[in-house]
Amino acid sequence: MTHENGLPTVSLDPRLGPGAALADPLSDAARARVRQLGAEVLARYPRPRSAMMPLLYLVQAEQGYVSPDGIKLVAELLGLTTAEVAAVSTFYTMYKRRTCGDYHVGVCTNTLCAILGGDAIFAALKEHLGVPNNGTTDDGLVSLEHIECNAACDYAPVVMVNWEFFDNQTIESAKELVDRLRAGDLPTPTRGASLVTHVETSRVLAGFPDGLVGEGPSAGPASVVGLQLAKERNESAPAVSRSKERP
Amino acid sequence: MTFNLTPVLTSNWGGDKSWTIESYRRTGGYRVLGDALAMAPDALIQLVKDSGLRGRGGAGFPTGMKWGFIPQGDGKPHYLVVNADESEPGTCKDIPLMMASPHTLLEGVLISAYAIRANRAFIYVRGEVVHVVRRLLNAVEEAKAAGFIGKNVLGSGFDIDVVVHIGAGAYICGEETALLESLEGFRGQPRLRPPFPAIEGLYACPTVINNVETIASVPAIVRGGADWFKKMGTEKSPGFKIFSLSGHVARPGQYEAPLGITLRELLDATGGMREGHELKFWTPGGSSTPLFTAEHLDVPLDFEGPLAHGSMLGTTALQLFDETTCVVRAVLRWSEFYAHESCGKCTPCREGVFWYVQILDRLERGEGDEQDLETLLDLSENILGRAFCALGDGATSPVTSSIQYFRDEYQAHFDGRGCPFDPVASTVFAGAIA
Repeated sequence: MTHENGLPTVSLDPRLGPGAALADPLSDAARARVRQLGAEVLARYPRPRSAMMPLLYLVQAEQGYVSPDGIKLVAELLGLTTAEVAAVSTFYTMYKRRTCGDYHVGVCTNTLCAILGGDAIFAALKEHLGVPNNGTTDDGLVSLEHIECNAACDYAPVVMVNWEFFDNQTIESAKELVDRLRAGDLPTPTRGASLVTHVETSRVLAGFPDGLVGEGPSAGPASVVGLQLAKERNESAPAVSRSKERP
Repeated sequence: MTFNLTPVLTSNWGGDKSWTIESYRRTGGYRVLGDALAMAPDALIQLVKDSGLRGRGGAGFPTGMKWGFIPQGDGKPHYLVVNADESEPGTCKDIPLMMASPHTLLEGVLISAYAIRANRAFIYVRGEVVHVVRRLLNAVEEAKAAGFIGKNVLGSGFDIDVVVHIGAGAYICGEETALLESLEGFRGQPRLRPPFPAIEGLYACPTVINNVETIASVPAIVRGGADWFKKMGTEKSPGFKIFSLSGHVARPGQYEAPLGITLRELLDATGGMREGHELKFWTPGGSSTPLFTAEHLDVPLDFEGPLAHGSMLGTTALQLFDETTCVVRAVLRWSEFYAHESCGKCTPCREGVFWYVQILDRLERGEGDEQDLETLLDLSENILGRAFCALGDGATSPVTSSIQYFRDEYQAHFDGRGCPFDPVASTVFAGAIA
């Protein structure tokens, strides 16, 4: 049984059939890690249920996706039913229901990027990688998804890898990008840190820094183009009066 | 000439490691925090009221007034929530701000939380920007180490905790009540109002929710004063604003200027459209604001100007498209976005935007007819004002405005031969693969 996009149907309940093969149990070590970091997550919030989203990222960081067993563990940590947790995890697109590649490639096909070349890039990558939307290459390295506006329209067309920016892409640059991902010759994001895997990214998104904050620029060229123009034109905001200025 | 660039929020973005606390403090950062904490909270609220600062997230609600709605002495905890879920198509100002200068936001958070008497603040940032998440988490740790976050900040008696909460890919969470649902660990679906968040927000306690750019503007207002802020912008829309220029333009990017500038002024200053092309249509503030055309180049971009011409200022996300662009394709894409992001809570939006996609797809393929346009307009009437939240209203904007200005282009698609435009011509690499 497959969906129209060619993906296997994933059921949250392993007893329901084809999803069973994907219902990996969490290892004891993984469970221990989630419990340990989960306690830190719970301490951030006045009410435990607010920890739901970071806890889901933590279980995704163990298996690459949010498995039925992961949902069970989050439910247990929050004192909720698995249905209550699954209702949330399936609402948000960044919680994956099946494992994706080590490098998850998102091509923006919202209007502006689509028209400036995103549609052509996405079509070319599907063909180049031989995978449909939400598909993963056979080597398990690269998965492909078309994404919505990622707040980088001044760098269109934009491609994301594990939620790092690859700005101003072309068909050729995007093909080279995925080829390098598959060859283990990891390209550097335009504005971001050295690439880490999708699993490692999930742990950062649970709110646990990975020490890479210092990499990458402060801002990309388009972000400061207005500031540069102001300097060229010798323009600035009105001066703050001295009586207001602190000593 | 009245147009003058006014970099304030963007002023330190070009600096070396501008995202660190050392760099931020070198450029005057956190210098007014002590001043602010020495003021009475009500005096700060009054200062923001006097400045005329209006919400930068799209609605333009007066910030000081919003803060003033928070009940005082009610015995409940108060919360400040920063909406950093920047996802409105075309909007790309908050993400570079938090990447380049997260401390500008954080200083604003501390002052604003103090003003509304909140001891906890949350920054709800979208998840699809991992490096911005790193910079925010780091900024919070640096501010804790510097004694700006924690107990008894700078000896003022003010306690504050700041938590970065990371979203997971749902546009709807930019809607303030959906954001609160999400922050409480539920599906991000909007709540019925009233009660408004100022009375019953996070955990049913008084809550202020403001956009990143709004909160980040607060330290500058404390530093410069209300009169200084009002030297920029217009009477009803004072201050500076980051205008995000994107699309078929010569120099896309972030331009900080006073409210009330026009697109013509901005284009004249930045080299205009890409060479050899002319403006066809644009959004003043994201895809949820009705389209404008070249006839609107002189509309002042403040909260009043676009409104008087049938659109909205929105997030000042200026997406510009030239004559190579098919408006039907553009609107189909935006409608697919709204269909993907509709939370499913209310029928007009959930059903309506899906019908949009089916009809627009048919039209783009050349298989539509005049009746389809009437159906689109009829659908729009049944979504606008009848949806549970602004997502549905926003979805109608590109549809109705495109039919208003480009009905003939829709009709040119009717002949069964499909879209008359060459999609290659509208790409940025058109020359290379033509």
